[in-house]
Amino acid sequence: MAYFIELFISGALTGLMYALVALGFVLIYKSAGVPNLAQGALVMTAGYAVWMVMSWGLNVWIAIPLAAAIMFGFGLVVERLLLRRMVGQPVIMVVMLTLGLEILLRGLVPGILGSTPKPIDLGIGFAPIIIGDVFINRTSLYGGIVALALVGASLLFFRTRLGTKLRAVSDDHVSSWAVGISVERAIGISWGLAGIAAVVAGALWGSSQGVDWTLSTLLFPAVAVVILGGVDSVPGVIVGGILVGVLGTVIPGYLDSIAGGSTRDVVTSLIILLTIMVRPFGIFGREDIERI
Amino acid sequence: MFYRLSGTYHTSYEADRRLWKIPTDRWLVIGLLVLALLAPLYVSPLYLGSYVLPWVIWSAAALSLTLLMGLAGQLHFGFAAVMAIGAYASIHLVRAGIPFEIALLLSGLIAAVIGAVFGGAALRVKGLYLVMATLAMQYLVDWVVVNIPAISGGAHATLRTPAVSFLFLPIESLAARYWLALAWAVLLTVFFMNVKRTSFGRALVAIRDKDFAAAVIGVDPFKTKLMAFFTSSFMGGVTGAVLAFCFYRAVTPEQFGFNVSIQLVAMVLVGGLGSVIGAWLGAGFVLLAPIFLTNLVSGLAAGGWVPVSQNFLSHLPLMIYGAMIIGFLLLEPLGLAKIYDNIRKYFLVWPFRHARS
Repeated sequence: MAYFIELFISGALTGLMYALVALGFVLIYKSAGVPNLAQGALVMTAGYAVWMVMSWGLNVWIAIPLAAAIMFGFGLVVERLLLRRMVGQPVIMVVMLTLGLEILLRGLVPGILGSTPKPIDLGIGFAPIIIGDVFINRTSLYGGIVALALVGASLLFFRTRLGTKLRAVSDDHVSSWAVGISVERAIGISWGLAGIAAVVAGALWGSSQGVDWTLSTLLFPAVAVVILGGVDSVPGVIVGGILVGVLGTVIPGYLDSIAGGSTRDVVTSLIILLTIMVRPFGIFGREDIERI
Repeated sequence: MFYRLSGTYHTSYEADRRLWKIPTDRWLVIGLLVLALLAPLYVSPLYLGSYVLPWVIWSAAALSLTLLMGLAGQLHFGFAAVMAIGAYASIHLVRAGIPFEIALLLSGLIAAVIGAVFGGAALRVKGLYLVMATLAMQYLVDWVVVNIPAISGGAHATLRTPAVSFLFLPIESLAARYWLALAWAVLLTVFFMNVKRTSFGRALVAIRDKDFAAAVIGVDPFKTKLMAFFTSSFMGGVTGAVLAFCFYRAVTPEQFGFNVSIQLVAMVLVGGLGSVIGAWLGAGFVLLAPIFLTNLVSGLAAGGWVPVSQNFLSHLPLMIYGAMIIGFLLLEPLGLAKIYDNIRKYFLVWPFRHARS
């Protein structure tokens, strides 16, 4: 039983850390309607950015805001140079463009900054927290708390003046233009915010497994999270994240020894497939009605 | 000059329906075919084995995928998994004693059935969700291949292809392997050029343009999409088998990973969706351009012309490949086929440019 509880808790916390990655995806999809398959690579780039700023000898608490500023700018640049020219193109073009960006970043960033894993020390410490018989990973615990806080902050953000603009843009681009909202700027800001979310995810994941190109493979669980929670739902990220994390930890915890390893990918794939077959728009997503 | 008609002027419906609307096109293709057939005679074995042969096979793969993505408009990000099914099935069938010719067809059928099952599961959805569902298929098939020892021969094993002969021609020498691959690619090309003129091809295009509207004019979307997945997966499965027997000759699961699927989609998009010539040009470009550019830069680096580190050089193919995808999507979304088409249209009326319609 203790084994199950431990798996459950560590799964839920890992899932919340997936939710951090997924949050960037949702922020962009919600305002721009663009599936950002480069979010994994953005997290990797953000991890490298945090490491780079820290290697200048700066404190973590200065390095993370600085990296956030860098990634906010990077998000704006990506939107301005690449995604803005894709408006009105079919979804395959956008998907492939973001995948191209992912490939480019996966080559460019480790190519320039070095491909050996870089440590990020957030000052959390590695000693697990022990409650009864249950070991809890300290990084995941803090990561989970930060994820909850960040999602809460995004929910509050969508109630501010700027957030209301973003919600209007997500409803309808043309009507937003009509009432004087700058749709381009709103979409740019959503990319910047995704960059900031990537910094938080990159710093936490980087501190738990080191910064290298493998951070970009977080895309796959993050995709499962957003499909399950709904591609345009911010709270869905938390619910989807916890479900994907728990199922993806508990099931391999019992099956890996029988089936021979890496059943986590299978569970993640099955979550995606079943969600799409049963309820394609996810738990909290908005169902789109298509007109001819 | 090359095109003596100076434009296309059909005077009958028959002329307009013809496969080769301009005689020059036919002679051009026949000339290229002869050149391709004679390639083992004048191309050095190194270039034939490491550049021309993979180009031919990947063109066949891109043709299979562009039937699904370009004609039927169904996105597929797990096509390498389909090819993996074909490759592994053909090897096991040949090992079980089935003749190679029949094993090729059977492996295609197996891939087609599995591909159609996954396609059928995802037929309710389109666009982004179809991408995700096929992505999940890629991971599932990968896992099954890796983790069932009866298929992959163990976790990190490579499976050698047995010696086979195709219609009494032993598939052993480089030239024989090249000719088999070329024959399959040419067969697919001829099929693809003609399928656009059949009712099936027209149904696919109707589905691509708007499936509700297609249903209104009497095209069953479910059946047509399923047939598109079946046909395309059959072609992909046989291509996977050809790839295993003619090029790799020892297969591992990593050769059919997610990155390969992305590469295939990149070939189709860089070439131009739904175009025959685009599949050939796209496969060649995506396959060879990163290699040549990397060789160029490492040559320059070795000569001390550009100061780059070894680490940068080892990541260079990835960068070029990503930049290439982005560049094509931004600058020429219709791909190399459109560029070829522009050039052809220019020369079609050259030097009487005022005659261009």
